[in-house]
Formats: sequence, structure tokens, C-alpha cells
Amino acid sequence: MAVAKGKIRPLGAAQSPLLGAAMFSPAVLYIVLLVGGPFLLAIFYAFSDARIGNAEIHFVGLENFRSIWQSPSFRIAIRNSFIFTICSQIVVVVGANILAISLEKAFRGRGLIRFLILLPWVAPIALGAIGWKWILDSIYSVITWVLVAVHIYKPFSAPMWLGEPRLAIASVLLVHSWRLMPFSTVILLAGRTAIPKDIPEAAAVDGAGFWRTQLQIVIPMMRPIISVAVLFGLIFTFTDMTVVYILTAGGPFDSTQTLPSLAFALGIQGSDLAAGAAISLFLVPLLVILAYFMLRIAHRAEVS
Amino acid sequence: MAVVETRNLTKVFKAGQPGAVNNVNLETREGEFLVFLGPSGSGKTTLLRMIAGLEAPTSGEILIGGKVVNELSPRDRRIAMVFQSYALYPHLSVYKNIAFPLIAQKVKKELHKEKVEWASSLLGIGALLDRKPRELSGGERQRVALARAIVREPAVFLLDEPLSNLDAKLRASAREELERFHRRVGTTTIYVTHDQVEAMAMGDRVMVLNKGLVRQLGTPTEVYDNPADTFVATFLGSPPMNLADLGDVVVGFRPEHFQPTSIGIPDAIPFRFKVENSEYLGSEWIVSGTVVGGRLDGKKIFSRLASARDLQLGNTYFFVVPKRELKFFDRVTEERVVPRDVSWQ
Repeated sequence: MAVAKGKIRPLGAAQSPLLGAAMFSPAVLYIVLLVGGPFLLAIFYAFSDARIGNAEIHFVGLENFRSIWQSPSFRIAIRNSFIFTICSQIVVVVGANILAISLEKAFRGRGLIRFLILLPWVAPIALGAIGWKWILDSIYSVITWVLVAVHIYKPFSAPMWLGEPRLAIASVLLVHSWRLMPFSTVILLAGRTAIPKDIPEAAAVDGAGFWRTQLQIVIPMMRPIISVAVLFGLIFTFTDMTVVYILTAGGPFDSTQTLPSLAFALGIQGSDLAAGAAISLFLVPLLVILAYFMLRIAHRAEVS
Repeated sequence: MAVVETRNLTKVFKAGQPGAVNNVNLETREGEFLVFLGPSGSGKTTLLRMIAGLEAPTSGEILIGGKVVNELSPRDRRIAMVFQSYALYPHLSVYKNIAFPLIAQKVKKELHKEKVEWASSLLGIGALLDRKPRELSGGERQRVALARAIVREPAVFLLDEPLSNLDAKLRASAREELERFHRRVGTTTIYVTHDQVEAMAMGDRVMVLNKGLVRQLGTPTEVYDNPADTFVATFLGSPPMNLADLGDVVVGFRPEHFQPTSIGIPDAIPFRFKVENSEYLGSEWIVSGTVVGGRLDGKKIFSRLASARDLQLGNTYFFVVPKRELKFFDRVTEERVVPRDVSWQ
């Protein structure tokens, strides 16, 4: 060993600042080019009259914000963003708890069912949404077909799932919930297994039935992990435009527009870059609040 | 208060494998402190969990207060249980932990405060009611668990190794407190432990279990002085009973009955004993060594002495065992048999 002693040196990083910088640079590049750049560009556009195909740009102050604030589509989009995000989280938390409870105990085929439940999460969101578009289609809908077959509706008078504003909102909500359910279920299942078996047993001996044990003991104990699932869900839903874009493209009559889909519709499809940028900036304060809570939870998880 | 009874109670976890609990018949007495004692894997906890209703028996019956409760859920059995981990509800304050059984059993709300205060003052935790379990020490948690158990005045208490998470010093005082507590409330109590000291000290009766079978049920004196078989003889006592194989019988005697002597004692078996090791334990000495000569030549024996100052390591001394202290066991069945004359030479 005496020979080797002089030759062994700690490998690179500590001595070479260049290597450290090189290892670090992909993250910096990613943030600067793909997050920071577009973000600054959006702020810049939001105060301008930028349009696609027009090279001239003028500073217009708050004009864009004033005009979108007065547009009814924007108000509907804000309302929808909140409806979709909050309602889908309620559906998901309730549904994921039910699924987690039923998948907790071992039974034949549990592995298969867990796999099937996870599928919506694994499949690309666009494919899933296209699948739902067919399921809810006005002509080919399986659901309508079944409802007609069991004589709940007469042919041709069945509801247009994506064609009537209220139903369209409900449909988008449904698809968002379907999309997030697996993620929450997996997180809640993990949370359940972390609770010592003694505790629900103690509750049973103390006289609590199934509901009381779940609602007063187990679920409150899982509050930290449920809030992780909810925060992730809030961000996924709030920033998502794929589901709306594929299912309804914001229609009918902008009734299912959300902030991201409206920004895309106006800014890219409608060539009004400035308006699109201004709309997407409305997402920022809300996302900052959500990010703050996420970091706080992550920090607490690290500490404890 | 109530009597707990089991009839041929059996639990088999995996068909074809030996049962965790096999054909256990027992009947507690009114207000008794009964201890289930056994090594880990002896089935004592499984037995307790079946009585609690947390585990369904494979066969046999459980009776509480003369009623078969096999089909009843834990909450309908009028039992309270203290778990080894205490199983306190971490998100609830001490007050709410103790009040939980009252809420769950739909006791009138006006009575909650009074009952929680009664239970917590009984255990001296009245000052901790606003704290969360994580802010309590081990001993305090154990008391909260006990308070939660007594608050609705159950017919039977089930305690699953409640002292095993405490450090040695605390354990002794907690043990004493549990004894006082039981004397005061007088509820029939079943206590599971692997610690023979706890069993001997606390139990009105001790049930010794091994491999899911009841080896002996008796008062601490009975199981210690008159063990039913070699398992009980060696499981109780530290160091355990010395066992000597003498043909078709096994003869046993406790270390404290194996004493050095300078004068002949009538009705005693003499040995020449070579001292090989001695441990000073403060109030007593544990001496080990081997027998020299006779049928037990080379047999390792433990002796418990008040003083071993006069014994030199490596020297051989005369030791005796009074004949009345010898216990005889069948070599095959390992069960106790009547004393007989055996040749020691």
C-alpha cells in the first residue's frame, strides 16, 4: 500500500472548478434557456403589441392587461381554471382514498388491478385525451350508445357530452380527474402502508367502526402526504392545456377555455402574441403561491 | 368486570403448518391479573389478539363474561387493550386520545371531560392533556395508553408487553405502578410478556406457553417451585434450573439449592464441584463449574450463593443439594414425575 499511497488523489471535482461548472451547466442552461428566457420574453411581449408575422414592436404599457381583463372569454377562462383545478382535486382526493382503501388489503389479482389503475398515468396525456374524445364524441360515443341501448335516451336526443357548455365542463373535469387519480392513489397507498398496523387496531378496540377509523384516525394521519398529492395535482391541472385543447378546443363558445388554453388560442392560433403573453402572466402569482407551499412541505419532509 | 374463558382455542396461520396457538383452554378468575409468559413465537400475543378480536380463531371458542364472543367485533367485547407500541393517535392531543374511546362508544358528551379527568388523574398525567404524543417521554406515553384503556371502564384489560419499550429503571417503577393500578381498579387483566421477572412479580397466576401450547398455569410460586415440565423449569429462573440426565429420568434442582457445605447435611446429595467461574452481582454471586466424579462427572452446574468470597477459581469443593429440592422429569415426555430413588454414583 505504501507505493500506492502517494498516487491516490481525490478525483477531480474538488480541485477543478471547471469540472464542477461543467457538471452544473446543463441545469443552468436548462433553466436559463427553457424557463428563464421564455419567461422574460413573455413579460416583454405582455407590455408590447407583438403579433406573429409583424416585425414591428411598440411598448403599450398595461393596454394588453386592460383589454383582456375586459374580455368575457378571459373571465370564463379564469373561472374554468379554478373550477377544473379545485373540483378535480376534490374528486381525486375522494376517489384516490377509496381506491387506496380497497387496494390496501391483499386479494387475488390486486397486482393486476393496481397496474390497470396506474395506466392512465403512464399513457401520454394526449393519447388518453384522444381516447376520451372518442368516448364522448357526439356520434360515436360508447356512453351514449349504452344509454340508448338501455332506453334511458332515445336515439338522436342523447346529450352531446362535448357540445353543451355544462356537459363539456363536466367532461373536461372528468378527464382531469381520471388523469390524476392514479398518481394520488399510489401516493396515498404509500402513505397508508406507513401507518403502523397497531393504530387502526387500537381504534377498533377503542370502539371505532370503519368510517370513524378512516375519517378520524387514518386520513388525518395522512394529511402531510395527502397535501403533497393535492399540491402536485393542483399544479398539473392548473397548468395543463392538453386535455381542454384536445377534447373541446375551448369550445363550445369558449365555455371550457382555461388560462393556458386561452393563451394558446389567442397568442399562437390567433397570432396575438401580446395578449397570449399577458394571459399566461396571470398564472404566475397563483403558481408562486402553490410553489411556496410545495417547497414548505418538501422542507418539512426533509427535516422530519 | 368479567371472566375470560377460551375453549380449545386454536389458530393456524398457514394450513399444514403447526399452529401458532393450539387447543388452549383457560379461565381467568374475577378481577385476576393473569400473565401469559413465553419466549417469542410462543403464541402468547396471538392468543391475546384472538381474545381482543383482532385475529379470528381457526377453531375453538372465546367467552367473555360467560358469552361466546367469537363473532363479535373488538368494539362489542367490552375490552380495552394497551399495545406494545402504545399506538397513541399521533395527531390528537393527550386529552383527545383519552376521550377517543368515549366518542367512539357514543358516551354522552357531558360526561367526557369528567371521565378523562378521572382517568388522567388516576395515572398522574393531568398536566399533560394539551400535549401531543410526540412531546411525551416513553413512560408518559405508556400512562396515556393506560388512561385511554381505562377511561370507559372496560370489563377486561389486555396488555401486550406494555413495559418492553421502557428503559430498565423506568420499567421497575412502571411495573409497580401497574400493580397498584390493578389493585385499585380491580379489573380482570391479561398481561403478555416474555420477561419472567415481570410475570413473577405481577401475576396472580402465570400461564407459561411454548410453541402455542400451554405448558403450565399456576401461581408464580407453583410455576417456579413446581414446574410442570423441563421447559417451564428452564424458562423460569436465571440462571435456569440445573437439569441432570440420569437414565430414564431427568433430575432438576435450582441454582440456589446447590450450596457449598463443610458439614454433612442429612437427606442431601453430595457433589464434588470444581469452581470455574464466578460473577459478583452485588446482592448475590452466580458460580458455575463442573461436577467431579460420580455419574454426573463433567456436568456443568450453576449455583447461586449469598457469598462466594471463600471459593477459589479452579479449586474443588463439596456442594450439596437437599433431596426435597430435587424435581424429577420423564426423559421422553419431559413432564414432571413422582420422585424416585436414583443412583448418583
